[in-house]
Amino acid sequence: MMRLVLVGTSHHHAPVEIRERVALDPAEGTALAARLGEAVCLSTCNRTEIYVAAEDADDAEEQAVAALAALEPDIEQALYRLRDQAAALHLFRVAAGLDSLVPGEGEILGQVRAAYEAGSTGALLDRVFRHALHAGRKVRSQTAIGESPASVSSAAAALAEQVFGDLDGCDILLIGAGKVSGQAARNLRTRGARIAFVADSKTDRAQIEAELARADVVVSSTSAPGYVLDAATVERARHGRQLLLIDLAVPRDLDPAIHELDGCYLYDIDDLEAIVTETLAGRRSEADRAESIVSAEADKFHEWQASLEIVPAIASLRAHAEEIREQELAKAEGVLGRLDASQRRAVESITAQIVNKLLHLPTVRLKQAAAAADGVIYAEAVRHLFGLGEEER
Amino acid sequence: MAELLFWPALLLYGEAAVGYFGDARHPGTAGRAATWGVRLGWLVQTALLAVQVVRDDGFPWETWAASLNLFVWLVVAAYLIWGCRRPYRLLGLVVMPLAAVLLLVARAGGGTGVGARSHYSNLFLVLHVGLVLAAFAGFTLAAALSALYLWQERRLKTRAATILRRPAPSLATLDRLAVRTVVVSVPALTLGIAVGIGRLVARGERVDAVVVATLATWVVWAAYLVVRARGWSGRRASYVALAGFALVIVVRLALPATHFA
Repeated sequence: MMRLVLVGTSHHHAPVEIRERVALDPAEGTALAARLGEAVCLSTCNRTEIYVAAEDADDAEEQAVAALAALEPDIEQALYRLRDQAAALHLFRVAAGLDSLVPGEGEILGQVRAAYEAGSTGALLDRVFRHALHAGRKVRSQTAIGESPASVSSAAAALAEQVFGDLDGCDILLIGAGKVSGQAARNLRTRGARIAFVADSKTDRAQIEAELARADVVVSSTSAPGYVLDAATVERARHGRQLLLIDLAVPRDLDPAIHELDGCYLYDIDDLEAIVTETLAGRRSEADRAESIVSAEADKFHEWQASLEIVPAIASLRAHAEEIREQELAKAEGVLGRLDASQRRAVESITAQIVNKLLHLPTVRLKQAAAAADGVIYAEAVRHLFGLGEEER
Repeated sequence: MAELLFWPALLLYGEAAVGYFGDARHPGTAGRAATWGVRLGWLVQTALLAVQVVRDDGFPWETWAASLNLFVWLVVAAYLIWGCRRPYRLLGLVVMPLAAVLLLVARAGGGTGVGARSHYSNLFLVLHVGLVLAAFAGFTLAAALSALYLWQERRLKTRAATILRRPAPSLATLDRLAVRTVVVSVPALTLGIAVGIGRLVARGERVDAVVVATLATWVVWAAYLVVRARGWSGRRASYVALAGFALVIVVRLALPATHFA
């Protein structure tokens, strides 16, 4: 019976100094998976996990631990080790983004898919990873967990979409070039906007004003002691057009009175952080719904895995019954020999139907018992009651 | 037969209204169910209107209630063009409860049954009633879009922290859709009124209050297009649209009292 084993560490258990030492690039992950037999290595900036399918779970776990310890000798206390249903549930949560630093982040689903495609998979790992990807997709389509932005820079871009819709053709005026404003500008660019002008401390005011007349979004992040733009300047330059202004500087670059102008929407760093806090709270509330979806998917996987335990017992039982039927027919050969071909076929059919009807309910009940986690006990009981496998012993 | 079609249509519109409400709280399954409610409800109402046309040997616009039935169908049809897309589900929260209630009112006024032979099957009434109702359906939708615009603009102005938890269509999109709807609706109303006035003149009849109110409605919506062309947009244009819709309501309410009297 194949067992699923997981050994790994994540941002919940190890600081980045440890995680970076056990991080595997794609080629290393593929090589390690091949070395471990049926295995998949999932390595991202927040986690390194090895999933192994093996008959001997203890040995598989030992090998996986040794592989990680070879990269970082002190890793052992930061490792978690899970098996079978617990390991599957963990993978499903990971794929759904529920174990991520930011709940619901979408990148992890692609990373799980890439790890699966690069791994050495057999029937068990193939099934569990396909199931995990399905669970991840289902969570994303049936909940809003991944829809809202989780950082100040992505919130700024999402706000621009709330004003302008499609950002294709929108011009950005970037005043100053801090780290966060750079990220915000990148986020806007990935959604189709264009950085029209970057102003720095040497740019004169007249030029900024001229660019302001064309811009749709202003992102400002300078270390200037006073306002870089005041309401009068904006009103002069805008002529009533809509303008989104993102002020990421402290002290603020943009006069708060700009927000009072018709068609102007000014957000400072506090406003954006309040939005991000709110959206993260929303993600957490959606996470409850996502957890129940993941849990249901994990149950389905468990049913499938449990059915694997009972299938050999059912097969043995049916083979045993068929053997008895054939033996009894052989014993009655003296009488049956006098029957013509059609009468003989009828006898064969009737005896086969009797066997099938007798075994139908036990088969169904055994499968149900397997799903309810009593599968092994029932399988043993069937083997004992019918003496299955005793001849081999 | 009409009975068999009315109740499913009402139930499906009602389900859509409840579904959109559920979607506003927990986006996902409820929103999808609501969208199917709109689609199926509209198909069933289409069948209801078809049965009325066949049984009455003409378009069933003889009473204000019957025209209300058609008006609901036109509003939902206009909403269906793009309203079932996810960002516009919030609009469904306004449109579908209205559709369900108006359909019920139409039934209470006897506008969803069959049996009365229509006297309104000539080309004049097909054009007059059809065009005016289609224009009013467009104005209703434009007003809903404008209301949504004002709500969304207010959220941006108050810097609501929840603004990205429940994203609405962007201001630019709402503005653009409202204008497009009005651009199509004003010519329809113009033609509808022209046909009606032509009929009045030909028969030597007098102008009633509904005609006056309809002309006022035309003036407001035409002014909407003029001020838009002169650079008004956003909030100010939305207020004009809501004023125009107020007149649409006046006309609809006055209809049973004067025009059909």
